Amino acid sequence: MSEQKKSYLHVVREKYCKGCGICVAFCPKQVLSLKNGKVFAEKPDLCIGCRMCELRCPDFAIEIRQKGEDEARAADAGSVDYEIPPEAHHA
Amino acid sequence: MSDVLKYFRQERLPHIWCPGCGHGTVTGALVRAIERLGLDKNKVCVVSGIGCSSRAVGYLDFDTLHTAHGRALAFATGIKLARPDLKVVVMTGDGDCTAIGGNHFIHAARRNIGITTIVMNNEIYGMTSGQYSPMTPKGMVGTTAPYGNVERSFDLCELAKAAGATFVGRSTTYHVPLLIDLIEKALQNDGFSVVESIGQCPTYLGRKNKIGGAVEMLNWIKDQSVNVKAAAALPPEKVKGKFLIGELHNAPAPEYSSEQGELIGRVQRNYSDIKGGLWECASNSD
Repeated sequence: MSEQKKSYLHVVREKYCKGCGICVAFCPKQVLSLKNGKVFAEKPDLCIGCRMCELRCPDFAIEIRQKGEDEARAADAGSVDYEIPPEAHHA
Repeated sequence: MSDVLKYFRQERLPHIWCPGCGHGTVTGALVRAIERLGLDKNKVCVVSGIGCSSRAVGYLDFDTLHTAHGRALAFATGIKLARPDLKVVVMTGDGDCTAIGGNHFIHAARRNIGITTIVMNNEIYGMTSGQYSPMTPKGMVGTTAPYGNVERSFDLCELAKAAGATFVGRSTTYHVPLLIDLIEKALQNDGFSVVESIGQCPTYLGRKNKIGGAVEMLNWIKDQSVNVKAAAALPPEKVKGKFLIGELHNAPAPEYSSEQGELIGRVQRNYSDIKGGLWECASNSD
């Protein structure tokens, strides 16, 4: 039995995205595209999980998670309580 | 990314850099390298000068210092001597490091003080509307060079090597995995380490030279760079006019702050046998 194909989840922080198009242009599988000046995953099934979009994004706006593995990871930008000063989280 | 978002002051994001600016990529690479090494937030101090690149410290959740123009390395030297246990990182731009702070740069390299310097080289003064900098390639247009720049540019890695830096590497914002590896190695090096990161300034360099936007600029950077390992096998005419990327120099040498600590210990031991100790001895001498 062949190994099941890995699938990936594309997390886009629209608040951070400035639509520069770097991730769209350099994606080796043309997974991503721009819609209303923000990135979105047009063909998420083609994603091979190289994470080059995540590394090259100058705005920390896109993130690739492997489905079933690191899906439920730490808090996203949307779920952060900004009332708490960042110093409070220091060790 | 959510693993590394904890190293950012998230209430300050999104940052103010232009769409497609390479500085965000370099900041992300630094944070990923720190995450890989698992450094304690309270044991890292990031210092910067003035310029687009130097805004990076405002977004990083370490102990940070935003200092005078070109003087980031001078402030960082003070921090390293006062607290040798800290990892001191300097984020500086090409104008900040090579023009205004050029002297601080070569002397920090000469002393081999344990500072990791990340030079975010976008080849132009971005914050003040695109004047040419000492790193602008010959023939390129800037606000103060409307008919092309006739000055030759620095080779910063050769300069750092000649001045005595013990780790020198160069990468680009296109070759991000290499950039992360180099920053990781630089952080582990006990001594002065320089990582030059060539990035894109689509707003000024790209627009004034009609290269295009961020994507075209990244392609332009990619076409100009040759990995140092590949360059060794290529014929010289194929390498001509291109810059080398990769680990260019690694020669460990005694680190300045530990040498200084040893010296202080030695002098204190010399005077500890004398009655009243060092303080009495110093205040009674004529």
